[in-house]
Amino acid sequence: MAKKVAFLQGNEAAAQGALYAGCKFFAGYPITPSTEVAEVLSAELPKIGGKFIQMEDEIAAMAAVIGGSLAGSKALTATSGPGLSLKQELIGYACIAETPVVIVNVMRGGPSTGMPTGPSQSDVMSAKWGTHGDHPAICLVPASVQELFEETVRAFNLAEKYRTPVMVMPDEIVAHMRERIVFPEPGELEVIDRTAPSVPPEQYKPYDTKFGDVPPLAAFGSGYRFHVTGLNKMDDGFPTTKAAVVQAEEERQVRKVDANIDDIVKFEEYMLDDAEVAVVAFGSTSRSARFAVNEARKQGIKAGLFRIKTFWPFPEKQIKALSSKVKALITPEMNLGMCTVEVRRCAEGKAPVHGIFRVDGEPINPGQILDKIKEVK
Amino acid sequence: MDKKLPTIEIIEKYCKGCHICVEFCPTKVLEMKGFVASVKNLEACIKCMQCELRCPDFAIKVTA
Amino acid sequence: MAFDYDKYIRPGKLPHIWCPGCGHGIVMKGLIRAIDTLGLEKNNTAIVSGIGCASRLPGYLDFCTLHTAHGRAAAFATGVKMARPEMNVICVGGDGDGTAIGGNHFIHACRRNINMTYIVMNNNIYGMTGGQFSPCTPTGAKASTTPYGNPDPAFDVAKLAIGAGATFVARGTAYHATQIDKLIVEAVQHKGFSVVEILDDCPTTYGRRNKFKSVIEMMNRLKDIAVPVKAAEKMTPEQLQGKIITGVLFKEERPEYTAEYAKVIERAKGGK
Repeated sequence: MAKKVAFLQGNEAAAQGALYAGCKFFAGYPITPSTEVAEVLSAELPKIGGKFIQMEDEIAAMAAVIGGSLAGSKALTATSGPGLSLKQELIGYACIAETPVVIVNVMRGGPSTGMPTGPSQSDVMSAKWGTHGDHPAICLVPASVQELFEETVRAFNLAEKYRTPVMVMPDEIVAHMRERIVFPEPGELEVIDRTAPSVPPEQYKPYDTKFGDVPPLAAFGSGYRFHVTGLNKMDDGFPTTKAAVVQAEEERQVRKVDANIDDIVKFEEYMLDDAEVAVVAFGSTSRSARFAVNEARKQGIKAGLFRIKTFWPFPEKQIKALSSKVKALITPEMNLGMCTVEVRRCAEGKAPVHGIFRVDGEPINPGQILDKIKEVK
Repeated sequence: MDKKLPTIEIIEKYCKGCHICVEFCPTKVLEMKGFVASVKNLEACIKCMQCELRCPDFAIKVTA
Repeated sequence: MAFDYDKYIRPGKLPHIWCPGCGHGIVMKGLIRAIDTLGLEKNNTAIVSGIGCASRLPGYLDFCTLHTAHGRAAAFATGVKMARPEMNVICVGGDGDGTAIGGNHFIHACRRNINMTYIVMNNNIYGMTGGQFSPCTPTGAKASTTPYGNPDPAFDVAKLAIGAGATFVARGTAYHATQIDKLIVEAVQHKGFSVVEILDDCPTTYGRRNKFKSVIEMMNRLKDIAVPVKAAEKMTPEQLQGKIITGVLFKEERPEYTAEYAKVIERAKGGK
């Protein structure tokens, strides 16, 4: 049977991806340019017995998805820059309480209200450094409607697998563009559910490291009673200030991601085998970059593209290797150098890193990138 | 009235010495001994349970 | 016969963190007695709080307990209740937590009329941070941040809840211990969002600064200012000056949120 094909908007694909992953709960607050995610799920979730709720503010929406997840539902919220700033408080809560949730954050111009309908890629640092304290961060940056669907599924998988919040961050262009999408059949993409406890309720501890760095998570109302707090906690979930326990717990939480980088980090290498100039890009900017690389090749310039699909954890190892192979790196991005800083850090001075920055609400076009390729080749 | 005396158990490690039980006992059964409550006059107890009810610290159990 | 509180308290968690004479322990006992009367199943009951002295309450109780972030109890609880409407959900917290930083969540939970109970332990102060004034600190009172007396007017929590749409609103005090569980029982039995405000005392950070000589004086003040609803009906506004009315202040039947959402699901499945 032929697969279902549709002409879909990015945000709609994110919503469909969430449903494919088994999302049963959405809480949100209206914000441009992410509202279509909420709109689709307000219609689709109740059809499958799922729940949609529009909350009183961004913080409440984040709180509700954490509550819903603790009660056993795969949960999603969607927002954009100013909303992400508000949600940071409880993103930290989800990190320390180790609660799987997915946040779709559509990147618009900022700071503050900025340019609500203009695209940007300037929330990528917020995804890692936005909430206070040390914590794990996973952030996926899809570049097409198809990928937004698939990466939303993967975001749920990573959230469930590592018991941590995961962000999917399309820029406004990817979120609002319409493209052909081929829906995967049920079972075609892997769908991961959190590990349920194997011990009886009286032996259950919500952060029992006997079961590894990602302890099983029971649901409220499933026969298991336990305590959840935003304070530093012990294996039984109760607060502690014992130095050794706090240190070990903090390190374990970060290690959940750091020790699994190869499982989490995804990227695409395009024409890099013999490349002398490598463009490192993500999201819609990577589409312009691919076009520019193709044009450069036509003109005899050995250019290639390293496309970042997982922004956090950052593909350090790959960028480091790339920087010792090429003469120069180019980092086009719709912000004033956030990815560039990371690439420069990973390059360790082995190759110069040339940024192309745009924050005027216009996409970076292939011509700009091609000009830079020619300039630095 | 039942002549059998009640037992008033004071869990000293819970008692924070707030005086509430002493002050609100209508028959002055309890007193403060240092920083914790203590039974002074059990015979006067009328088993009203006010001390147990009002103790904020779960430190008093009255068994009639 | 002594009431067996231990049946509901997690082993090894007492003594609690509250100061000598703090009424929070009295409220917790009232809540436990209410739960016992109602026969709520431990596995099917979530107790949710925010941050502050009062919000430490859930940690002591042997239920599904969720100690959230400052002010966010009602919002987290809404998520739990939506995901599992069959669960009993009870929020607890202080006046600053619930009506300042959590004020928006509080009023919207009232408006939605989602079936849960919110217990506000109102001691008129931010205790845990050392006694700063809250939205419930009376005008003129001293707090660590109102050294010249509080210029702010105070919220009436019960009126706020009624105005926002809560369908059951009651008020008690830490002095009137036997009334606490009765009010909570009625609140939990009510189908909709119920608010129980318990006027409480903070001897350490409020009493000390406001010329209360002892815990007993604070407790006696609660006794003196409380007027039961029935008695208040016969009193003039002048006579009610400086008093607070206690008992069930408001009750109405209105569609409950999770039940309404169940209808949304039916309509969606039916394609309407």
